Amino acid sequence: MKHSEHASTLWAERIAAGIRAAWPICLAYFPVGIAFGVLAQKAGLSVFQTGAMSLVVFAGSSQFIGVSMLSNGASLTAIAATTFVVNLRHLLMSSSLAPYLQKTSTPFLFLFAYGITDESFAVNSMRFRSGGWDRWKALTVNLTASIAWATSSVAGAVSGRFIPPGFLGMDYAMVAMFLGLLAFQIRGPIHLATAFLSGTVAVLLALAMPGNSHVIVASLIAATGGFALSRAVKRRSSHGA
Amino acid sequence: MGPDGSWLAVILAMGLVTYLPRWVPLFMLSRRRLPGWLEEWLHLIPVAILSALVFPEVLTSGSPKALTLVQKQSLAAVPTLIFAFKTRSLGGTVLVGMILFWALEKV
Repeated sequence: MKHSEHASTLWAERIAAGIRAAWPICLAYFPVGIAFGVLAQKAGLSVFQTGAMSLVVFAGSSQFIGVSMLSNGASLTAIAATTFVVNLRHLLMSSSLAPYLQKTSTPFLFLFAYGITDESFAVNSMRFRSGGWDRWKALTVNLTASIAWATSSVAGAVSGRFIPPGFLGMDYAMVAMFLGLLAFQIRGPIHLATAFLSGTVAVLLALAMPGNSHVIVASLIAATGGFALSRAVKRRSSHGA
Repeated sequence: MGPDGSWLAVILAMGLVTYLPRWVPLFMLSRRRLPGWLEEWLHLIPVAILSALVFPEVLTSGSPKALTLVQKQSLAAVPTLIFAFKTRSLGGTVLVGMILFWALEKV
């Protein structure tokens, strides 16, 4: 009896911690989800179809692109191929989270992988690194974000046309969240250098080519550059000693 | 293709091609001990991805994109970043960013 009470308190604490960590994501998802719901309605999707897409795909920018391709009469193959390329960046996020999920069961990984997004990834990697975080709290973040995304998409599909565009700076919510997460990730000069390199390369690539492949290319270049820099610094300091 | 006909196929196809890159590395890499250099490199991925996502949002505009150093997005970004560094509160940062951007739109 006592043991099970203990266990249920532990679970309640994990879930509460996960939801607390996820609330800024929910806040930022809400306006974007509403915007997506409105667009999906305009493209001819029903409320149910809109909610189903948000629940199954759970990847914001690719859903906007997919829905607009759908309304322009694009083929299934074209939509799938575009979605694949747009969402390839998750490869890097999934790789980066793997060290924290060593020796985890296969069903857990199936479920966890579903919820890896730009936002949940950034929140969870920050938490894992500062310690006191475990995989169940991380999974709670992923699933809370998924519920918020699907709910706000449905809300947009039902009533989005009544909300004026630009209402209360909603368009900026996602950018503000990324800025905050970026600020929390900067720990020392190597991170700062990596951030500047990645940002600069990403801007240059974004100017040079359409689409969003600049994210994955700039990240690869900057992480490698930052890694080389940190190795060079270590070598110099060990020579000096 | 009309959304009435094969919308379910579209959703499932999009879901599958999105799911695979999320799952494969996790599945492959969580089974083995990663070499130290790879872990070190992977630790730089979050900061790199966040910068790659946010810098173009803040410093470019239009489609095709053009460099726009001074715009509402970049003007709101500076105090938002300072607030984030000072308070380390993500929720607060989102709210402050939204309010600043909204205020700049009103000016």
